[in-house]
Amino acid sequence: MGSTNSTLSKIPNVEELMQETGFTPAHIVRLYDRFEALDKEKTGHLRPQDFGAINRLAMNPIGDRIIGAFFSPGQETVDFHSFVRILAHFRPADKKRPKDPSMPEPVNSRTSKLKYPPLVFSLISVAFQLYDQDKDGKISRAELLQVLRSMLEMQVTEEQLESIADRTIQEADLDKDDAISFEEFRKSLEKVNIDHKMSIRFLR
Amino acid sequence: YRPLRRVLLILPFDAADLPATDASFLPDLELRSGGQRGPSLPASPTTSLDRFQVQPREEYASPGIALARSVEEPSATTEDGGESHRHGGGFQMVQWEWSYVQTPYIIAIWILVASVAKILFHFSQRFTTVVPESCMLILLGLVLGGIVLLTSKKQLYQLEPGLFFLFLLPTIVGDAGYFMPARLFFDNLGAILLYAVVGTLWNAFCTGFCLYGVKLLGIIDQKVQAGLMEFLLFGALISAVDPVAVLAVFEEVHVNETLFIIVFGESLLNDAVTVVLYKVYMSFVEVGPENVQTADYFKGVASFLIVSIGGTMVGLIFAALLAFITRFTKKVRIIEPLLVFLMVYLAYLTAELFSLSAILSMTFCGIGCNKYVEANISQKSRTTVKYTMKTLASIAETIIFIFLGISAVDKSKWAWDTGLISCTLIFIFVFRALGVVMQTWVLNWFRLVPLDKIDQVVMSYGGLRGAVAFALVVLLDAERVPAKDYFVATTIIVVFFTVMFQGLTIKPLVNWLKVPRATNRKPTINEEIHERAFDHCLTAVEDIAGLNGYHHWRDKWEQFDKNYLSKLLLRKSVYRKSELWEVYQKINIRDAISVIDQGGNVLTSARLSLPSMASRASFPEVTNVTNYLRENGSGVCLDLQVIDNVPGAKVEEESETHHFLAGNLYKPRRRYQSHYSRHFMTVGDHERQDREIFQRNMKSRMETFKTTRHKRHSHKKDRSQKKRRGSDVKEQDLNDKPRRNVSWQDKDPVVVTVESEDEKGEHLEPEKEEDVGITFVARKVPDTPKERPKSVPAGLEVCQSPSVAPPSPTCSERNLPWKGGIGTLPVCVSMEATKIIPIDLQQAWNQSISSLESLASPPGPVEPLHPRVSALSRLGGQRPVSYSGSGVSGSGFGSRGAGSIVAQGIARFEFPPGGEEKEEEEGALSDQEQELQPLVSSSVRRNPCVYLRSLVTAPPPGSEPLARSRGPTQL
Repeated sequence: MGSTNSTLSKIPNVEELMQETGFTPAHIVRLYDRFEALDKEKTGHLRPQDFGAINRLAMNPIGDRIIGAFFSPGQETVDFHSFVRILAHFRPADKKRPKDPSMPEPVNSRTSKLKYPPLVFSLISVAFQLYDQDKDGKISRAELLQVLRSMLEMQVTEEQLESIADRTIQEADLDKDDAISFEEFRKSLEKVNIDHKMSIRFLR
Repeated sequence: YRPLRRVLLILPFDAADLPATDASFLPDLELRSGGQRGPSLPASPTTSLDRFQVQPREEYASPGIALARSVEEPSATTEDGGESHRHGGGFQMVQWEWSYVQTPYIIAIWILVASVAKILFHFSQRFTTVVPESCMLILLGLVLGGIVLLTSKKQLYQLEPGLFFLFLLPTIVGDAGYFMPARLFFDNLGAILLYAVVGTLWNAFCTGFCLYGVKLLGIIDQKVQAGLMEFLLFGALISAVDPVAVLAVFEEVHVNETLFIIVFGESLLNDAVTVVLYKVYMSFVEVGPENVQTADYFKGVASFLIVSIGGTMVGLIFAALLAFITRFTKKVRIIEPLLVFLMVYLAYLTAELFSLSAILSMTFCGIGCNKYVEANISQKSRTTVKYTMKTLASIAETIIFIFLGISAVDKSKWAWDTGLISCTLIFIFVFRALGVVMQTWVLNWFRLVPLDKIDQVVMSYGGLRGAVAFALVVLLDAERVPAKDYFVATTIIVVFFTVMFQGLTIKPLVNWLKVPRATNRKPTINEEIHERAFDHCLTAVEDIAGLNGYHHWRDKWEQFDKNYLSKLLLRKSVYRKSELWEVYQKINIRDAISVIDQGGNVLTSARLSLPSMASRASFPEVTNVTNYLRENGSGVCLDLQVIDNVPGAKVEEESETHHFLAGNLYKPRRRYQSHYSRHFMTVGDHERQDREIFQRNMKSRMETFKTTRHKRHSHKKDRSQKKRRGSDVKEQDLNDKPRRNVSWQDKDPVVVTVESEDEKGEHLEPEKEEDVGITFVARKVPDTPKERPKSVPAGLEVCQSPSVAPPSPTCSERNLPWKGGIGTLPVCVSMEATKIIPIDLQQAWNQSISSLESLASPPGPVEPLHPRVSALSRLGGQRPVSYSGSGVSGSGFGSRGAGSIVAQGIARFEFPPGGEEKEEEEGALSDQEQELQPLVSSSVRRNPCVYLRSLVTAPPPGSEPLARSRGPTQL
């Protein structure tokens, strides 16, 4: 674990970060290595271009949206701490973690919404923001169409896209404003165990 | 107490059912196969073959005659009659040919018994929720076995391993594999494999060794002559969780999908382990334990790899073959279901042929081919495959359990040893639980969603043993394994205990532990879309975080599948379509069907799927969907998704109403429908022809009208009428509102949004959809490109009015003018009906309602109907035929062929008075018109009215296209 400790020591406030995100030191080290690898110019910050360099991400139909999710509005770069925090959303909720009241709740716990309202959002809002590109709190028809178009590629005609989009909005739209609000989005997904569906296993 | 009484009721019945047949064929059986070692189940391939060979020799002296008989029956029968020593000389009019039909007859009788038993069990809802069907079937089997034993002094029937492995098991496994939720299965593949391989090995070894240990301790009687190898062999066959039993019990328990897939997947995949262990130990037993060399153990391991991987490969090869073949069945749709069954079954047999794991082969064949086959074959074939598979699997399951019961009642099998039985039961249970806990502990290190304690309890408790173990133990060679009888008895007890006791108690246990249940719910389009987005999202996150995790590989596989596999295995037309689009269509169809099914009417359902219909226009498959909907719209149960559908009280009530309506309203068309589907290929001609007739009739009628009416006159009148009707629409709308809210609450979202959409002016889609439906409508589009859309919103608006229940006050109000003939429209108006529908549809609807009330009455006034028919046609091909074929259609528009011409006569006859009445009415209407003017002008529906006027003033342009379209028929 020598190398682990030496890497950890390079990261400022690593303890706090680990507590906040619930990642183990091994995770942090791993992510830090990844961060360094992505950060080709060694600035300590990642720019959208750095993400764009990931080959497979370029093939991902909604890759650019996910890159976008890493950058809070107005910011051009993301540092390691925010990088880890955002990834922490996708860490599965860990029931076995000791509940220490003195410790800050991990980012991905659903109760932490109030604690870090601006930065820390629940998983579902991450998902919501994938659609809501103009950040007006609503998925408009156009926004939905965009996502659908990128996900379905060239396989369907525009008409079909539109009808799918219409249908989707009809189904979720409860207040008939022809757009899906966050609340409606949440409702439409409440039968889905989003914690299960939106988690990945970080290697230990 | 009631359940008990039910049992008592059931059993005598079946008992009475069977002895009748038994008594008739038992003597026969004994006579023929007296020397044979207990004539077992007739369906068994070997014994039935024997019997067939024996028969001719006894009765006809040469086997050739029997063959000839089967080829040309009538003549051969008379010949035989003469020859047969049984019947004496001369011609016999009625002959007793039992031996000829015996085998298939007995099989059929058994299946009948199984089916009747199933029906009877499901009479009492409360009873079946408590007692699993499998338990009842075993009990029934016991009783039947007892009866057979009493009548013939020995057990004639038992579960033959050959029959079981070649016919009964594949039907169940095939069904399970084909409908295996692939995503769920592969998401949990790691856990499934661990439990299937390690868990089964653990169970087998521990049970075997411990039984041997107990034997050494002297708890097991000395009579049980078995060494270590025998016990290990026994442990191997008794340790495997049985897919049939698991399926039977878990299907009724409805635990959540993850839990189910893990237990069920394990029960399927452990087959390879069981087969290999069984074979290895058999060979060890044969050569004797002392001769076993170290190399043999390695051979065993290698054999496991070959059996499992080989089986999987065979399955996947057949899956690819099947998918590839179904690419080319476009012209012979009828053969598609057969192909599916054949190939899946061949996968099983081929694996058996090479002594690979047949269950693995079949399972993977099913999983592998499902996606491509389902996309390639037609909707009807899909339904057929689904239904047939379910039928076969369910009957096979029933037979298996009944025969398990029957097999138990056999004196020769009762080599009871309390020590062996109780020890086996205990070890099985303990080691299952231990194994599950240990494996889960390991697994939870890696699992995203850990399996908690409750899951583990259910998994341990759900380790049911079943017919596979029984068939394997029966297969043992009594000479090599002296303790076979003890093993058989023990296996029977273990199977009964697990299926009956655990099966009976697992439901309360699951309830008590509050295990998350499965929701029998289909994903909405939102969920489908979002989940796809999530998948992409997770792949991206894994890529960003530099992990090559599950999603990374899944994504790679999907890429590969899309770029190569799908290209090879999918039809071109299907390949170009997106999966999400397919899903979307499916959901749409499902909704439409559920609406119809629940007593909704078709106008509304057509409305539901409006957006989809529009774009579907560009697809050749449109017709499939349309036909599908049509065929299913006729009130038959058409639940596609769930075969066992238990609708709630409200739904039932609704559907009852619906059936009443459908049954009474649509008969004429339905009759037509059957004809229609038989000549599937000529549909287009029919429709075109009908359209021609319709147009010709309309044309001639219009000419009559022109001669009698003054053009301006009619125009004026028409306008006033329009106004009036427009106002009525409004009124009715108002009246409808609350009603609609009551009855249509659930389907509301879709309905209402279409509305808003229309208000926004998206008329593109409805217009397109007309192209799908009837061509003459489409031809008219160029003539009036602009006006058309205007009519659409109103038309749609009216569409929802159907939600009014028939006896609504508005209806009666509307009925009055109609019955008085006031509501008659000028014919020319109906000619242009496509553009007028908005208002007329309303009326049309009311008429359809009134036609409900007076079904037997001859077709009412014709004119008001035109709009309706055309309105329906406007709504596109999507509407189920049953609707368009309502009683009203007898008036010559919807109905086709000769009948329509007769109706046409009536129509024409009635026409002139209708027009005159209108004339009289004009004055009365004029002031009404004044009153309503503001109302009408403020409404959206004004547009159509205006347009209508312009249409009526200029009939010639309207008639021209008609004449053109008429051309072909005149030629």
